[in-house]
Amino acid sequence: MIARPASIAVAIAGALLLAVLLFPIYWMIAASLMPESRLFDSHSLLPAALTLEHYRALFDERDFLVPIRNSLLVSGLTTAVAVPVAALCAYALARLRMRGKGLLLAGVLAISMFPQISIVPPLFLILRELRLLNTYAGLVLPYLTFSMPLAIWLLTGFFRQLPRDLEEAAMLDGATRMRTLRDVVLPLAAPGVASTAILTFLYCWNEFLFALSFTLGPDRYTVPVAITLFRGRYQVPWGEVLAGTVLATIPVALLVLGCQRRIVAGLTVGATKG
Amino acid sequence: MAAITLARLSKTYPNGHVAIRDVDLRIEDGEFLVLVGPSGCGKSTLLRLIAGLETPTDGRIAIGDVDVTAQPPQRRDLAMVFQSYALYPHMTVRDNLAYGLRMRRTDAATIARQVASAAEALHIEDVLDRRPAQLSGGQRQRVALGRAIVRKPNAFLLDEPLSNLDPSLRTEARAELRRLHRMLGITVVYVTHDQEEAMTLSGRIAVMRDGALEQVAPPLDIYARPANTFVARFIGAPAMNLLPGAIAGIKRPDHAVVGIRPHDVRVGRDGTVRATVDLVEPRGPDYVLHLHLDGSDAPFLAVVNGAAPPAVGTEVFITLPVDRLHIFDERDGRRLGGPA
Repeated sequence: MIARPASIAVAIAGALLLAVLLFPIYWMIAASLMPESRLFDSHSLLPAALTLEHYRALFDERDFLVPIRNSLLVSGLTTAVAVPVAALCAYALARLRMRGKGLLLAGVLAISMFPQISIVPPLFLILRELRLLNTYAGLVLPYLTFSMPLAIWLLTGFFRQLPRDLEEAAMLDGATRMRTLRDVVLPLAAPGVASTAILTFLYCWNEFLFALSFTLGPDRYTVPVAITLFRGRYQVPWGEVLAGTVLATIPVALLVLGCQRRIVAGLTVGATKG
Repeated sequence: MAAITLARLSKTYPNGHVAIRDVDLRIEDGEFLVLVGPSGCGKSTLLRLIAGLETPTDGRIAIGDVDVTAQPPQRRDLAMVFQSYALYPHMTVRDNLAYGLRMRRTDAATIARQVASAAEALHIEDVLDRRPAQLSGGQRQRVALGRAIVRKPNAFLLDEPLSNLDPSLRTEARAELRRLHRMLGITVVYVTHDQEEAMTLSGRIAVMRDGALEQVAPPLDIYARPANTFVARFIGAPAMNLLPGAIAGIKRPDHAVVGIRPHDVRVGRDGTVRATVDLVEPRGPDYVLHLHLDGSDAPFLAVVNGAAPPAVGTEVFITLPVDRLHIFDERDGRRLGGPA
């Protein structure tokens, strides 16, 4: 095959863009492996010396497994609650005839439009009354406020794309609405459900403000909070911060790379009406 | 198996569109009824009302002696074949066939037996373990039929089930459908926009326009005695010619419109009306002539046999045999008289 000049130009532009986007990640990994003393005096793109010291410190001195466990638990629980409940809501919104459906969908969207900071104080008061501050439930419940609208919108889009005939055929075959959802809609929307679950998980994994506001001590900190609070009064332990961010990125990166096709489908759904 | 009775059935959509108006129809037990009409006439909506996929705004639907108007589709025990076939893409053919039986809590042995016999009747035994995506169009159509016949429902509802097939397969599938109907003796309601399909398949044809029934009768009756000008033009191909009564020599009543089928027109060197040949369409066994009649602007068609049709532009004379003329009222299109 002979490459045309245009496609070569596109390839070069793509490579440049990729380089720009990937550079911070490279820098993060490289710096996390450099001794603290060399971090600020090296002007080379390649690390002058390599060490695993920061990673050792992360686990030996900071007990970084605790925030990782917290983050996994909170994100996983939120996803496990949000996606099934949202699937029920979304199916109703996509298919059932009911009054005020448009208003309801707009309302769901409006909820996710509030600046997050504006609901922190009321949520804090509610959680304090319920004695849920500094608990996993005290994070999962607030996380549902943003993950549910996201999941409902994504899933409604996916369900709407499915051919109606299939559901009608199932109903004539004698399946109830719930059976139809289980036997026909969910299996066919599986890629959509999977990408919704991944996106929900990502949002929870990256969430910072709620986690900072509703946890009170290191035993409940999530990864973003824990890393932020590494900084001491007089210095920022950059090496450990970067090692922590590398560890926080790895599971997410693996998840995304493993499912990238489905995520792209998820992000573009609704962009073109099926 | 059961008769289906529709009484003063109406459906008006929230936006004010009247899809079905005042339909009274009784489909007898074991009958093959074809709903036919131009697109948008409400025939699919009527089928969906029977299925329970739409709710009527007025009127009743009964299956056998049971009023099912308020019942959801799951409770009506009907089987439907969709135009798209609507096969479950994530299930094998076997599971597609078995799904309706499973929903009715049939035991596994009975399911296996009924799936096998349906597959045998439709010659799809070899593809039972494939997914719908791996089947040809004809096979998919058979599986869709199989899903309907496997559980002996009250009636079959078919929504243009042959329209996605190649023309060559369609004739075959049509014969197959008639054979199945004879074999199972089940009530069938069949929707199509193709009048030829309606003619060849049905026991009775129901012609619809604008949500209302225009005429319900056996195919040959409809062909021979159309109830109005709409039915007259819709059934039969090429469509019946309509022309003012005066041209055909019909004086009374003075508001008569005369209809004659292109096959009944005689074209020759002499006759009652002079015409010019605009176009000649060879069809193999015969020719369709597009004629321009003296004293009329409406296009006029005639079908002629023989080796040498008149050339384009020549003048011919046509005869309209009186015993072949259908007479309609010009004002409302109703049939006034014609061949018995």
